[in-house]
Amino acid sequence: MHPAASIILFTTASGLGYGLLFVLGIAAACGLLPPNTLFGVLTIALALGTVSIGLLSSTFHLGHPERAWRAVTQWRSSWLSREGVLAILVYGPAFYFGAGWILFDQELYAWRAISFTLAVGAIATVFCTAMIYASLKSIPRWNNQWVSAVYLSLSLMTGALWFVAIWAFFFPVPTALTTILLVLIIVAYACKYCYWRYIENAPVVSTAESATGLGSKGKTRLLEPPHTGRNYLLEEMGYKVARKHANKLRVICMFSAFGVPIACYVFIYFADGYYVTVLAVTAAVLGQVGVTIERWLFFAEAEHVVMLYYGKDQIHG
Amino acid sequence: MTSLPEEQSKTRLGLVIDLDICVGCHACAVNCKEWNSSGYHAPMTDKDPYGHDPLGVWFNRIHTFEETSEAGQRTVHFPKSCLHCEDAPCVTVCPTGASYKRSEDGIVLVDESKCIGCKLCSWACPYGAREFDDDAGVMKKCTLCVDRIYNENLDSETRLPACVSTCPASARHFGDFADPNSNVSKLVKERGGYDLMPEMKCSPTNKYLPPRPRRDEQAAVGSSPRRLEEAKPEGGFLGWIDDLLSE
Repeated sequence: MHPAASIILFTTASGLGYGLLFVLGIAAACGLLPPNTLFGVLTIALALGTVSIGLLSSTFHLGHPERAWRAVTQWRSSWLSREGVLAILVYGPAFYFGAGWILFDQELYAWRAISFTLAVGAIATVFCTAMIYASLKSIPRWNNQWVSAVYLSLSLMTGALWFVAIWAFFFPVPTALTTILLVLIIVAYACKYCYWRYIENAPVVSTAESATGLGSKGKTRLLEPPHTGRNYLLEEMGYKVARKHANKLRVICMFSAFGVPIACYVFIYFADGYYVTVLAVTAAVLGQVGVTIERWLFFAEAEHVVMLYYGKDQIHG
Repeated sequence: MTSLPEEQSKTRLGLVIDLDICVGCHACAVNCKEWNSSGYHAPMTDKDPYGHDPLGVWFNRIHTFEETSEAGQRTVHFPKSCLHCEDAPCVTVCPTGASYKRSEDGIVLVDESKCIGCKLCSWACPYGAREFDDDAGVMKKCTLCVDRIYNENLDSETRLPACVSTCPASARHFGDFADPNSNVSKLVKERGGYDLMPEMKCSPTNKYLPPRPRRDEQAAVGSSPRRLEEAKPEGGFLGWIDDLLSE
């Protein structure tokens, strides 16, 4: 599949933002957020900023952005519509949460309940994003349960990495928080590793024979394509990434998204002062870069079954 | 509304495509382009149409496959357009309600005034039936010539999809699959009409008829070449000539 920059930016930026809103919402519901105005302003600005930039960038690739409001109408059947509805609804509790934290008395039970709602809404939005892809049978590499696990765990990971990166400017990082981050990074890596294992070993889903109904006892191959030039389908679904580049990019992704952040957090156990801040910010930045590469690969490595009509032999899950 | 109709429609219009007699002339694709350039989904935008790198919207494309089996090889021309699926994934993924399946006859259409051009429907379709119009910013697809088949300004015999009416080999048939006695239902029954990619579970309405088995393997191109008949089957004059020339 063609890896459109706007969709990569949308899924990674909004993943960060909703992950951060989830962390903030849970921490608030548990009464663990420190009453520091500047810390509050910075984290909420980052969360809502990335979510809003992501949503705006997702409208850049639309043919008719001015009609985007229509996308909230079909939540009964469409994961894309559900994502849109939730994305808008989450702004409500997010503003209430932010106002409660920065301006008002945050010990109200109503505020804690709203914060919990925010956490649930944020993570549910990420799940809808994942299901847009995971529900497509025509792209077998996305049509599996690891896709939503990867989207959710990477969203939580990047949100938490940035939470600690900002936290470290204001407060010392408790050992428990470092441990939670290590667990989140390792879980995200495990999900991504399982996804890669799955697509390496997945069975054949469709073949040129099943696509044409020909060659039931033999082979079918494309003799002549329907046209000599380009077409929309080949540009959108026919994107090919050379295997060797895919493998190199996977290695880079693994180091950047998981390897470096794990190393940073192991060092944070032993570091103090400014070193902690430097390590936490390094982990967040490289983690974000790694997740962006991961998302590019997620699109570039996915194959659409329509390519069976354009010379592919078989498409694996 | 992009939920599929709750009940199967009483009429299910679609095509039967006979792979046995399609000659791959592309006339169906050309007439489709011609009709629809001024029809429901007009225009079918072409970019750089006379230049070196043309790119355009087509609802119907003719692929050519080579099938290899125990009986040898054969070339099969393979027209492909929207299959107007019963369980159309392109409809349910649409976030705006632009993509819909008509409850009265099962035709899958795009309401261009509601389409935001997110392209998700084209990702959801396993068959590549939808093509994005970069110029208009909306998705386009085969309409089963909805503006022809019900068009009372046309003679009743021309109220057929453009691809069907133009096919010089009669490889395309149009009819109602819900009626067991319709021409298309009978063809499917007699000839073993089948679905493309049944594993995608879209329940396509359009059916394909397989190429018929060869009647005479010896007559097939590529079998052993015919020899000249014996010149001297029983002697006589021809035998004498044969002897003379063989020396």
